[in-house]
Amino acid sequence: MSDANKEALEPITGIESPVYLDYNFTAGQATARFLTKVKEGKLVGQRCPSCRNVYIPPRGACAACGVATNEEVELPHKATVQSFTIVYIPIPGNPIKPPYVIANLVVDGANISFLHLLSECKNEDVRIGMRVEAKWKDPSEWGFAMENIQYFAPIDEPDVPAEEIGRLKDA
Amino acid sequence: MSAQAEVLQQAFTLGFTYTRTTGLVVGRFLTALRDRKIVGIKGSDGKVIVPPMEYDPVTAEALSEFVDLPDTGVVKTWAWVKHPRGKHHLDKPFAWAQIQIDGSDIPMIHMVDAGDESKMSTGMKVKVRWAEETKGFITDIACFEPA
Repeated sequence: MSDANKEALEPITGIESPVYLDYNFTAGQATARFLTKVKEGKLVGQRCPSCRNVYIPPRGACAACGVATNEEVELPHKATVQSFTIVYIPIPGNPIKPPYVIANLVVDGANISFLHLLSECKNEDVRIGMRVEAKWKDPSEWGFAMENIQYFAPIDEPDVPAEEIGRLKDA
Repeated sequence: MSAQAEVLQQAFTLGFTYTRTTGLVVGRFLTALRDRKIVGIKGSDGKVIVPPMEYDPVTAEALSEFVDLPDTGVVKTWAWVKHPRGKHHLDKPFAWAQIQIDGSDIPMIHMVDAGDESKMSTGMKVKVRWAEETKGFITDIACFEPA
């Protein structure tokens, strides 16, 4: 580069300083089992032998009781909105166009929520207690991932009172 | 009861794509690097600090007296890296070193490409190996090498 060109350069006022953390995630036994069932189009949680709570995705142990969870429970594909947020900021690499709704969903029969997308409704109509159902992708697209469910969509059922969400247990 | 599932693994990268404003002092240091020059800054006690600091380490007053420095220095202490990792900037064994640039009083950390650990010693003279293309970043100093 000639000196004349260098003089034309602006002073440095900013730098890019990204940090990239490279992981190799190994799913434990419980997560691997769960994802294997998701690949078959099933939602399978685990029940704590002590407090009877049902966890999905299962982690192989009950965080409250500190005991292993072995009993598998296949759950239905209907859920209740426990909480939600409307995302307005685009996330690099995410193909979904904002604004969209991300919700904590409690599947019927479970006592813990997981995050997933809500769609087929107006964002302003989403509310806590709203009833929804999983919309699965075509089985040819299923892999070891919760993305097998494209999103959850509202169903015509009465709202669940907030204090009951995730609290129901089988005897 | 749950049966044994196959082991599932997936590689993924979590990226924090930060951009930072440099401020005038560090910006001037980086701009000088782009021109293959090193500038430090003089503190209230007369010591020359490089990379330059915005504020005096003793009095906390803003600093502004820049000092042009050569691209040579002395190794004050060092640690040899036998097995460089993927994110290191050199793909062969090298030394991390505290290098005191000639004319400065505070060492800075950078790499020394000495080829072999036996070539490293405290007090050795080194000089900058400039990157082939400079862009206004600390890596414009590709590394130091024995002088």
